[in-house]
Amino acid sequence: MSSNDGQTSRRDFLATTLALAPLAVTVAGQAAAQSSKAEQLPSSAPAPDHASVPDYRPSYFTPIEWAFINAACARLIPTDEHGPGAVELGVPQYIDRQMGTPWADGGIWYMQGPFFAGAPEFGYQSQLTPKQQYRLGIKAIDALCRERLNMPFAALTAAQQDDVLKQIEKGSLTSTDLSLGTFFSGFLLRNVMEGYFGDPMYGGNKDMAAWKMIGYPGVRADYLEWVGQAKPYPYGPVSIYGKRG
Amino acid sequence: MATNKPVDVVIVGFGWTGAIMAIELAQAGLNVLALERGEDASTVPNWAYPKVVDEISQSARNGLLQNLAKSTVTIRHHKDDRALPYRQIGSFKPGTGVGGAGIHWSGVHSRVMPQELRLRSHITERYGRNFIPEGMTLQDWGVTYEELEPHFDRFEQVCGTSGKAGNIQGSKLDGGNPFEAPRSHEFPLPPLTDPPTSALFAKATRELGYHPYPLPAANASRPYTNPYGCQLGPCNFCGFCSDYGCINYSKASPQTTILPVLYRMPNFALRTQTHVLKVNTDSAGKVATGVTYVDAQGHEVEQPAAIVVLAAFHLHNVRLMLSSGISQPYDPDTGKGTLGRNFCYQLLNSVNLFFNQNVYINQFMGAGGVGQAIEDFYADNFDHAKLGFIGGGVIWGRQTGNGPVRGIPLPSGSPAWGSGWKAAVKQNFLHTGRIESQMSNMAYRGCYLDLDPTYRDAYGTPLLRMTLNWQDNDLRMSEFFGEKLSQIGKAMGATSQSGRVLKRGDNWDTRAYQSTHINGGTAMGADPKTSVVNKYLQSWDVSNLFVLGANVFAHGIGYNPTGLVGALAYWSAANIRATYLKNPGPLVRA
Repeated sequence: MSSNDGQTSRRDFLATTLALAPLAVTVAGQAAAQSSKAEQLPSSAPAPDHASVPDYRPSYFTPIEWAFINAACARLIPTDEHGPGAVELGVPQYIDRQMGTPWADGGIWYMQGPFFAGAPEFGYQSQLTPKQQYRLGIKAIDALCRERLNMPFAALTAAQQDDVLKQIEKGSLTSTDLSLGTFFSGFLLRNVMEGYFGDPMYGGNKDMAAWKMIGYPGVRADYLEWVGQAKPYPYGPVSIYGKRG
Repeated sequence: MATNKPVDVVIVGFGWTGAIMAIELAQAGLNVLALERGEDASTVPNWAYPKVVDEISQSARNGLLQNLAKSTVTIRHHKDDRALPYRQIGSFKPGTGVGGAGIHWSGVHSRVMPQELRLRSHITERYGRNFIPEGMTLQDWGVTYEELEPHFDRFEQVCGTSGKAGNIQGSKLDGGNPFEAPRSHEFPLPPLTDPPTSALFAKATRELGYHPYPLPAANASRPYTNPYGCQLGPCNFCGFCSDYGCINYSKASPQTTILPVLYRMPNFALRTQTHVLKVNTDSAGKVATGVTYVDAQGHEVEQPAAIVVLAAFHLHNVRLMLSSGISQPYDPDTGKGTLGRNFCYQLLNSVNLFFNQNVYINQFMGAGGVGQAIEDFYADNFDHAKLGFIGGGVIWGRQTGNGPVRGIPLPSGSPAWGSGWKAAVKQNFLHTGRIESQMSNMAYRGCYLDLDPTYRDAYGTPLLRMTLNWQDNDLRMSEFFGEKLSQIGKAMGATSQSGRVLKRGDNWDTRAYQSTHINGGTAMGADPKTSVVNKYLQSWDVSNLFVLGANVFAHGIGYNPTGLVGALAYWSAANIRATYLKNPGPLVRA
């Protein structure tokens, strides 16, 4: 994206954000934003709206990244009248645990150079692994939020966070460090959905609550008597470890 | 380099075609060795319940697919473009290991329409020569449906295919496909139960005046014992077919239908973790002397053999031919050369149908091959004179089984996240079906395969390069099918439709899964100037080399290719046994 586009998007960003969300900033949030030490954020950032899986300590993500992951999960799948949110079902934990798999180092992708940008139809052409996507993507989004709103993403109001995510999704908020659109749709959103709907053994979908919400019976995998009936299926879900919901 | 003891037959790749050729030639008494670059695998423990019904490991992380980190292809739309690597699994899904793509396939088990095997002649006879547009390299396949029929039948018997005949030896039968070519026998098993999508599709298409029939499925509808003595259990519609190994011994695969018997034969051996680099030939390049492979330790080993069979997936068969310097590579500028020519794919239109809350589709139930289909617009079953395109396709209402990690389709305009998205998934998940048209892809002068000049695999070998894009003829056809799909979706009672219909101006998008039905590149035919192998899948240039797989197709048919791929392997094996072994040499004089 050209620098001119970047300036336009920045003006749009500020205008929309200011109109939507008056900056009701907590003192703690300002302190975190002004600090140059990433480690200080979690202790000083506002508590997330929804309880996380409390005992989990991330292995890959730094505290400041962990705050971003939790905040983004809470907006991408919020707790609301439709059902449980991503944070309460452990989706941040799912994403952190995935960072320890071969996939996170690009181990199931062809990652040899040379790397050239191509038309979108040719798919992923970046040399960034999933781990690098998260490291750079979070840093870039937090930097944009600090630059415009003086706070990292995690410290913004829910409305401001939604606005940032929508602008990334639309392509109107960009970074020179990486394609934020690719980070958002190809990694963050995709992994959030995986964690929310994947088997609970991976760390998300606590108590199969996401399956219950949509009426998915999980791994029951036995529908001979039901397939011809076109009726509501009467049984709750089962997980890979055999737990019933 | 170490050299192994010679064998009668070395088979490169051990999926469907490798297993078929191995058992047929081992039963003829030959000493057969199969080389497979992946691992061995079987229903237990690899696909045992519940381990394998895991959307994260199998669908999101490509558990059964080729690891592209080791080897992939490069792709471009036009010969003047720079090709880029296929870095992540998208449009097509090559398998890996013993069983190959025969493990994670869905099981749709079609044949071929007789006219497709002689398409150039057929089109010329019906519409005249000028009907074939400039640049479309249509050619006959050199084999007839009648020659292949016993082998289609055989492969269906082996797979325990479920279906209903529409034409047995010329007698039309109710309940089957009225466009079907004559079959020698009824399907081995009756059709599977129709899931809700298929039942709605059958009713709607019948009311519209079309001719629905149960799609042939290599998912067993009843307990079954095949001619080799291998047993299948009935499909329970678990909803984990495509991307998954079958938990129930219901989906036909080499493991469920051939390997238990083959593995007991003393004259058969399998060597896994052997990556074949090339076919070796004598100094004149006329006789294959064997192959060279890299073993698990990274050492190169030479394996001498009297017969070499290439039975890997499409991509690897073509690349091995190119790497081995057998046959003249195709040149799109001059039209000369045969190897890489007539590289084709298929077109797929996929439309999601959203129903009211009282209509339960239950998309999590299903089987890969189950469905109702119509062939009113397949191949040349309909008059093309005023349509301005060649080709056609099958339209189906399948219910393959889907879970939420694989993606929950939503009506157009639904948000992708947030509360609005949650409301939409909750409302639609149980009430969504899908109909599709899978369509032919003609061969074109500018669509071909060669070796990439830049990118290499983990063994240092150049990657295969694909040059392919959708052409005007095929996109016009796709638009025609888009209208039919919309009409059928409405008649099924959908309140809204969303999805992907290819239209003029669209390029091949390698990101979204379409099908693994890539084909062509070592076309079969009657003329060595335009084909790499003869009608028996024997190399024109090296008579003790046989090349199996969808790479021998001369154009992309609208059906799923496995039925034809399997039948061609049986046909080739039968001719090796009946003719070649008695008198080794060219089975057809060039």
